[in-house]
Amino acid sequence: MTPGKRDFRALIVAAGLAALFVVLFLHLEAQWAIALLALGLVLGLYFAVRAGLLARVQAAASHHPRAAIAINTIAGIAIIAVLREEHFALLMLATVCLFVTVCLGLTIQFGYAGIVNFSGIAFFGIGAYTTAVLTAHSAIPHLLIIIVSGLVSGLIGSLLILPMLRTRGHYAALVTIAFGILFRTFLEVNDTLGGPQGLKVEGMRILGWSLNDNISLGPLGTVSFYASYAMLALFVAAAAFTLIKRLERSWIGLNLDAVRTDETAAASFGIDVPRWKIFAFTAGNCLAGVAGAIYAMMSGYIAPASFNFGDSLLLVSIVLLGGSGSALGVLPAALLVVVLPEKLQIIQEYRLLLFAVLVILILRFRPDGLLPRTMREYLPGWGRK
Amino acid sequence: MDFGLVAQYLLNGIVLGVIYSMVAAGFTLFFGVLNVIKFSHGDVVMAGAFTALAAFAGLELLDAGVGMFAALIITVAGIVAMATLGAVLARMLILPLRNAPPLNTLLITLMFGLALRESVRLFYPNGSNPKPFPQLLPDLSMTFGNLALRLDSVLLIIVGLGAIVGVHLLIQRTRIGLAVRAVAQDPETARIMGINFERVVLLTFALGSGLAALAGITNGLYYSEVNFGMGLLLGVIGFSAAVVGGLGSIYGAIIGGFLFAGLQTIGAVWFAVPAYKDVFAFGCIIVLMAWKPTGLLAERSSERV
Repeated sequence: MTPGKRDFRALIVAAGLAALFVVLFLHLEAQWAIALLALGLVLGLYFAVRAGLLARVQAAASHHPRAAIAINTIAGIAIIAVLREEHFALLMLATVCLFVTVCLGLTIQFGYAGIVNFSGIAFFGIGAYTTAVLTAHSAIPHLLIIIVSGLVSGLIGSLLILPMLRTRGHYAALVTIAFGILFRTFLEVNDTLGGPQGLKVEGMRILGWSLNDNISLGPLGTVSFYASYAMLALFVAAAAFTLIKRLERSWIGLNLDAVRTDETAAASFGIDVPRWKIFAFTAGNCLAGVAGAIYAMMSGYIAPASFNFGDSLLLVSIVLLGGSGSALGVLPAALLVVVLPEKLQIIQEYRLLLFAVLVILILRFRPDGLLPRTMREYLPGWGRK
Repeated sequence: MDFGLVAQYLLNGIVLGVIYSMVAAGFTLFFGVLNVIKFSHGDVVMAGAFTALAAFAGLELLDAGVGMFAALIITVAGIVAMATLGAVLARMLILPLRNAPPLNTLLITLMFGLALRESVRLFYPNGSNPKPFPQLLPDLSMTFGNLALRLDSVLLIIVGLGAIVGVHLLIQRTRIGLAVRAVAQDPETARIMGINFERVVLLTFALGSGLAALAGITNGLYYSEVNFGMGLLLGVIGFSAAVVGGLGSIYGAIIGGFLFAGLQTIGAVWFAVPAYKDVFAFGCIIVLMAWKPTGLLAERSSERV
């Protein structure tokens, strides 16, 4: 078999296994099965990394980036097709995709450029609120609103650029924490934006087709309307993933890495440090805003209570759980963090506690996360036996 | 606005300032010795108040739950418990991560704070609701026009300021304090000079956490209520105060604490909707950070290349 064919086979097997896992995880109801699956995911990833299987798949993906993304998108569509009638499972899936998008934004920010952002959920919220206001008070097409919401998030984020650029480390962390709390409090006391009750958001319509209607397939049954949103969220997440991977491979990614590892050295090599920090911060916030916009349309209702400081911590935890700077790691981490507490009812009440303990253990004993970031491989097969 | 009302706002601002300064002093101490931010600090404040509350329940069983003596006992109980917790936390979570990226330390303490908060909510009897905090200080007040000068506020201010000054003297004037300052300046050299690095770190964390417990109890006595979520905002405010004042300096913590309390008070007077006071205060903090990136009293060596 030629190496190319073997690469494809590895990719397809990996995507198939992942899809099978996601379907089982979202579909099964038995508590013991879910606990077993979650444990299996963590252990499986651990041994896949140890045994080098994952490196094999990642190498294959970096040799054939387009094929990798296509195969994974097909796997995603297959998941949605299998779960087409289950509202809750699809809602979970869509939420996971949106969280993946936000966390990929955060990956640009502190995985690559090293900018800490503890107000991720605030930028998500800005996107959601922009969408709520625009759908209610303007006739802009809804697909355009998603993009505008992303831009508004980036724009409002630029208010923080000056304090972010002048501060470093812990001081920069404070700026974003203060912003996150300020945002939440502002929403609660601002009556035009609905105060603590929040706002209703119209469902999405594309060219007169409302995404909030179930789709009837005649004898084949009906498709849950969440399937449309899951599809949309999947495409956005796939686009974000492609963007991140391309970014990492490009000169931009190299510059961002240089800025993170040593600002002084980067500056002395002629890298414009402020420029790349602004770029990373704004790009990350735009992604968060886009995800927030879709989230608002999907849930139909937004309130300040969904944009807590604690939720920002959740986002940061996903990124670190997956492995800082590892785009691939975001996927299993988001799946675990978002879905596990919803599915495991035994732990529902104790979920935050268990989850906090879990992250403490990971940071203490496996600080690189589930899937540590790998080196770039510019020349396929170079250095490989 | 008449004099009495102004004085009332001022008094309220001073009590808040004392509480914030105590929390900020903890952040400054930890940052001074280990260069870490311990984000569970706010929840330690909360846990201190709840420990005191539990101690009070114990005293009531013994029919001793009244008066200043009870106040003293529950305060000591809270401080001792939190000081122990602080030392254990430093030993188990913070020292092992010394060589990891600072973000990891920040996150592990954030998560520890979350665990602490959730534990209180889930395991303290009826912990998810606000709990009344016993009024143990003498209920005397003097009225000057519109100003009701409560004796308990004055006592709280005196005790709080006394604690901060005490910690400051401990750091500046004693042999232990000398060891702490040596470690803060250069851990390696301090070790060569025969200072027990680990013991100094544990001591500092115990000290800061004890101060946090005192802040929590002060907060409880002043507002007569505690709840499991109060630590988050208090922690962030304490951190803001420490950073705006300049991390690593006790004076900075005091300045920052009173500055934040002042901003909140101004915000409360200025806006018709009092809830805007936090928006105003945090907005000012962001502007201040842009103007003075390392705080009002800058660290002497903030850059290490």
